[in-house]
Amino acid sequence: MRFLRRIPLPADLAAEVAAGLLVRPGRLALTAAGTVLGIAALVATLGLAATAGNHIVTRFDELAATEVVVQPAHAGEPGEEPAGVLPWDAQTRLERLNGVRAAGTLTKIETGDLPIRSVALEDPLAAALPQTPVLAASPGLRHAVRGELAAGRWFDRGHDARRSRVAVIGQGLARRLNIAQPALRPAVFIGDEAFTVIGILKSAAREATLTDSIILPDGTARDLYGLDHPEKVYIDTAIGAARLIARQAPTALAPHAPDSLVAQMPPEPALVRARVSGDVQAMLVLLGGLSLIVGGFGIANTTLVSVMERRGEIALRRSLGAQRRQIAVQFLVESAAIGLLGGIVGASLGVVVTVAVAAVQSWTPVLAAWLPLAGIGFGALIGLLAGAYPALRAARLEPIDVLRGEG
Amino acid sequence: MTDRATPVVELQGLTRTYPGTVPVHALRPTDLTIHKGDYVAITGRSGSGKSTLLHLLGLLDRPTGGRYLLQGQDTARLSDRARTRLRAELIGFVFQAFYLLPHRTVAENVALALMYAGVPRGKRPERVRRALERVGLAARADFYPTKLSGGERQRVAVARALVTEPALVLADEPTGNLDSATAETVLEIFDMLHAQGLTLIVVTHDPVVAGRTRRRLRIDDGRVTEVTESA
Repeated sequence: MRFLRRIPLPADLAAEVAAGLLVRPGRLALTAAGTVLGIAALVATLGLAATAGNHIVTRFDELAATEVVVQPAHAGEPGEEPAGVLPWDAQTRLERLNGVRAAGTLTKIETGDLPIRSVALEDPLAAALPQTPVLAASPGLRHAVRGELAAGRWFDRGHDARRSRVAVIGQGLARRLNIAQPALRPAVFIGDEAFTVIGILKSAAREATLTDSIILPDGTARDLYGLDHPEKVYIDTAIGAARLIARQAPTALAPHAPDSLVAQMPPEPALVRARVSGDVQAMLVLLGGLSLIVGGFGIANTTLVSVMERRGEIALRRSLGAQRRQIAVQFLVESAAIGLLGGIVGASLGVVVTVAVAAVQSWTPVLAAWLPLAGIGFGALIGLLAGAYPALRAARLEPIDVLRGEG
Repeated sequence: MTDRATPVVELQGLTRTYPGTVPVHALRPTDLTIHKGDYVAITGRSGSGKSTLLHLLGLLDRPTGGRYLLQGQDTARLSDRARTRLRAELIGFVFQAFYLLPHRTVAENVALALMYAGVPRGKRPERVRRALERVGLAARADFYPTKLSGGERQRVAVARALVTEPALVLADEPTGNLDSATAETVLEIFDMLHAQGLTLIVVTHDPVVAGRTRRRLRIDDGRVTEVTESA
């Protein structure tokens, strides 16, 4: 009970501290400024690192994280005969798997030196076209490689089954061949074989070389060029399903020998995130910590000045019966309150900066809920530490030293 | 609570010496008894030791020898905490420089003493009002000290000293910063408090102030002598 009597009531303490601080609002703001900057820097740094890290992972998700490519495994040395064989109905088999959004085979056709022309005419003056890849694909390939058409259409299962003499050509090749409108039923010749161009491929996010190629339906290519088996299968998976599909695809495609096929998987997303964040954070956290230390010394200095200025007040309080402990606690709580205030303003500022930068970059702001709260607590802690020495000085003050000086 | 026979203050050979190559005898061994209701003036030139005596009486300073019984309780060996607590409960101070907090209202300044005396918040406003009424400043309760005259400020300080109902009020040159007209208003309040039975010790070098007290002590070079013992 005697112990309790010596501790001021929380309400009294709060009133004394508030009165002490609000006497000089300008000084309070300047004193808190260091902590405000430090906490704001820390919160914004960690928030932006998380936001930027998340952004990179998101973009990565869009393409690589949903991409699986299955190829026959090479048994030994490169160049040797592949061990496994992909079936021609790979697309159909894969589309049955849950998590596959699109799948399609792609095979290079060896056409030798057959010229690619839009007019079946021997023109000795025509500029020689660079080597143009001729490819065979299943109907699903367009979506599996995220292909966009500039005009016309992609071939479908019907073209494939009927072995229609149709082709989709890349935009780069179309420009060189002066083909622009598939609606006019233009033709392209591979050697002397004519194909109707039904579509022009503008882009393929996963296989950029397609825009300089001629792409034929699998059925057509097998009929004409006698292909043995597909070279690889592109799979577009649902987000998060890539690793699962990469495990399942070899079994679906070669149930008797799944090991003869290799599925290329995207890298572990968590690792990517950690690597990106770690780089960005280290130095900025250091800077934030530095400004916090400076802010702490600012609080310590101001509180010390305040103790010196208020020697008369301290002497009065002591003569009115304030215990040394009560004086110490008052100044300690004052400096902790400055730190707390700096923490609140700083954490708010940090959140605003994070959101603003994310908005400007059109990123999704990512901020852990504990981060601003930790910032506020950290600010208060710094204030508390900074107030320790001034509070000790205040408590040690002898009232008679002050009173004698006055008289 | 207090036995009438027990003196408020009883000094037995109280001594205060400041150590140094030439020790300063601020207070030579002094015997002194002050009873409840006494109104005492301590006079002396500056440097004579009257501030030292006041600080000793107020438990702000520790004697180097002798005994100081406050309400019969020996204080010389008490811990700093216990002395501080006695100060809060038994002693009220009035200083020459007032020592009012400039950014707190008159009522808040007076209530400060109650806070350290451990009076619950709810009971403070009524006691503050009564104390301000005793010094005639009830109407100034919500003013800031900076808006008050010097005499009014010192009366606020007196109210702060009274509000805890102390056994002893110590005033250190209470009129030192006031002109004679305003000093008079403060002295009238002292007279009234004395009439109400308060024990009052005033340190002063002003003969006008000393002249109003019933008992006068003179201190010279650390020696206390009785000048007048009337009635």
